[in-house]
Amino acid sequence: MDFLTLSPVAFPEPLVELRHQVRAFLRDEITEGRITPHCDQWLAGWDPGFSRRLAERGWLGMAFPTEYGGSAAGALARFVVTEELLAAGAPVAAHWIADRQSGQALMKFGTEEQRKAFLPRIARGECFFAIGMSEPDTGSDLASVRTRGTRVDGGWVLNGTKLWTSGAHHAHAMIALIRTEELGESRHAGLTQVIVELPDPAVEVRPIRLLTGEHHFNEVVFQDTFVPDSRVLGKPGAGWKQVTSELALERSGPERILSTFPLLVVALRTIAEDGVDVDRARLGELVARLWALRRMSIAVAGRLEQGEDPATAAAIVKDLGTQFEGGLIDVVRMMVGIEPDLGSLYRLPRMLAEAVLHSPGFTLRGGTNEILRGIVAKAVGAS
Amino acid sequence: MSDITEALTQAVADACGRHPSSAGASGTVEWNVPLWSALDQIGITLLSVPEDRGGSDGDLVTAAAVLEILGEHSATVPFAETAMLAGWLLAECSAPIPAGPMTAAVAGPDVTLVEDAGGWVLNGELARVPWGRHADHLVLLVGRHVVTVHRDEVDLRPGANLAGEPRDDVALHRLAVPADRVHPLPADSAVDARLFAARGVVGRLAMMAGAARRSLEMSLAYASERHQFGRPIGGFQSVQQQVAAMAAEVLLCKVAAQSAAQALDSGADWELAVAAAKVSAGSAAGTVARIAHQVHGAIGFTDEHDLRRSTTRIWSWRDEFGSVGEWARELGTLAAAAGADGLWPLLTEGGARAVAG
Ligand SMILES: Cc1cc2nc3c(=O)[nH]c(=O)nc-3n(C[C@H](O)[C@H](O)[C@H](O)COP(=O)(O)OP(=O)(O)OC[C@H]3O[C@@H](n4cnc5c(N)ncnc54)[C@H](O)[C@@H]3O)c2cc1C
Repeated sequence: MDFLTLSPVAFPEPLVELRHQVRAFLRDEITEGRITPHCDQWLAGWDPGFSRRLAERGWLGMAFPTEYGGSAAGALARFVVTEELLAAGAPVAAHWIADRQSGQALMKFGTEEQRKAFLPRIARGECFFAIGMSEPDTGSDLASVRTRGTRVDGGWVLNGTKLWTSGAHHAHAMIALIRTEELGESRHAGLTQVIVELPDPAVEVRPIRLLTGEHHFNEVVFQDTFVPDSRVLGKPGAGWKQVTSELALERSGPERILSTFPLLVVALRTIAEDGVDVDRARLGELVARLWALRRMSIAVAGRLEQGEDPATAAAIVKDLGTQFEGGLIDVVRMMVGIEPDLGSLYRLPRMLAEAVLHSPGFTLRGGTNEILRGIVAKAVGAS
Repeated sequence: MSDITEALTQAVADACGRHPSSAGASGTVEWNVPLWSALDQIGITLLSVPEDRGGSDGDLVTAAAVLEILGEHSATVPFAETAMLAGWLLAECSAPIPAGPMTAAVAGPDVTLVEDAGGWVLNGELARVPWGRHADHLVLLVGRHVVTVHRDEVDLRPGANLAGEPRDDVALHRLAVPADRVHPLPADSAVDARLFAARGVVGRLAMMAGAARRSLEMSLAYASERHQFGRPIGGFQSVQQQVAAMAAEVLLCKVAAQSAAQALDSGADWELAVAAAKVSAGSAAGTVARIAHQVHGAIGFTDEHDLRRSTTRIWSWRDEFGSVGEWARELGTLAAAAGADGLWPLLTEGGARAVAG
């Protein structure tokens, strides 16, 4: 029952201060019309200008050491900033993956040259990353990737296809998981992470449209794409270990709880304007669950800050949090009784439509909830 | 958890192991005198009472950690009532704190306390007082007064919750109470019915987190023992998924209880935390109980099986000190009042600063 050893975390005063700074900044951004709140903006809100404005304030690369252009403010400070951004529905997609995940992977496994080449640019909001894990025949079973890296003089030549690659059409680099050795006895051996800089004439990026028609993710085809040795991340063959440690980082953050929160805010505004009576018990139940999930997410962040790896608790937060993101939509539907409409002139029907159409992705991306529950079941000894 | 809390919870777990609370036939429980003495010896029956008032000065986070253990063991002792409620009320008035188990209640509007010939007269009825028949003293919050009453001064009508824990109706028939047992609250005291309920809620949530954890442990054990189709039922993926869903809600119960205790300890902005913890953990624990029974099949549905000790407690505790429904409506009202611009500040700062945010 190790996963139960989570302690509640109280944010120290400087972080309360930081929260208010971020909030004031966001209020200006919104009232001055530079950004417009939407749901699921860490997938869909690509706005490099906004990312750079965050960077100017030191709110990117908060987890990186100062020598690499970061602010070394720590996991909790980063938590505060990101949850404010998500709750406000701000467009954070451009820097999201680089700031949350790729940068950390570079810190952990990258060479000094790689860190110097990428981290300061990430922290300045000038370098965005994509994740190249999934493939046409590789989803939950990540170890089955087929993209091949063939050894050549000075590097590797890649052939294969990555799928669902969010932001690959804008990104400056992608960390891809590829097979560099024949499949042997252990499926987890012989996998390697490489940094593919983009755009590259030998990399074709084809759009795939979401249910809303938006273009956010892609099919990425490598055709004899050359990757120099200097762009291998970590040790060749150690890709599996690296990739799983990366996945653990992305499981329990506020983005697994707040993707639809902006819809609730707009719904409450409409309800107040129209003087509609709401089901208080239902609203209370929703807010209670959100409060509890947020406390869990913070408690996990607290342990991450101490350098621990609360993997089971993180999987739990993601399982419950992403279910909540969908459940919120249903409560709003009950409260407002309107039809979702992407083309509406009004904000609420439009946001409702965005939320409904984005909702299937919540419980799929970054490892499906079934897979997460498998991890939890195993950890508690149910199998 | 601090080292001290860890040592403390270990000592409590040991005591619960040495003095197991009997299951009793359904509808009744025996009050566990040896366990109470053991807790008294550890020195924690007045855990959240300041040291200068004879207590051990623990905060509510510590009390919650202890209560989680007691809840896990379905311990039949009025610990929350004595340590978190009765002792606290008396300490707030700097009144003497009697030894032995106590219980506490807030007098409703139909209870009267009037001064009479140098003493006081207490009249009215109290519904479902926890452990009423076993508590040596009943400590009442009547308006701005705290009153200590002996058990043999009142009429008790025994009642019980779903787990058989005593929830007794208490009748006070024009009871004369000497002045030295009626204590005015200091003018600046934060004590009121609301804070009393909040502390009661946190106590029950902590116990519920323990009961939820025990339900999970029992389900895991059963899933590996029980064979069907030639293998343990825990080998089936759909059972594993159920158990994982359960583990998730157990973690939620625990974090909610601890976070609410922490909010009360901080003394400010606890309204949201307590209400949200109550409502979220109340329904999370319900899910835990439901899945635990599903995994156990018919055997768990019987009077003889120990699973009921945890699940009937969950079903009772979640609605004590105000039903989940009442608290949810209040929270919904708070959220609706905060509105579009205030909801997020309410969630992150808990109330006071919400409007300014
Ligand atoms: C919005 C979005 C953005 C994404 N962005 C990226 C990205 O940038 N880069 C990237 O690499 N990938 C990305 N993905 C892909 C994502 O990681 C995969 O969708 C995910 O890993 C699941 O794979 P799959 O879709 O192939 O489903 P499958 O693995 O084929 O699963 C289909 C169904 O079977 C279930 N299932 C599979 N195996 C098991 C099992 N062992 N036990 C029980 N149930 C099982 C699954 O839970 C699911 O319900 C993105 C996905 C989405 C939705």
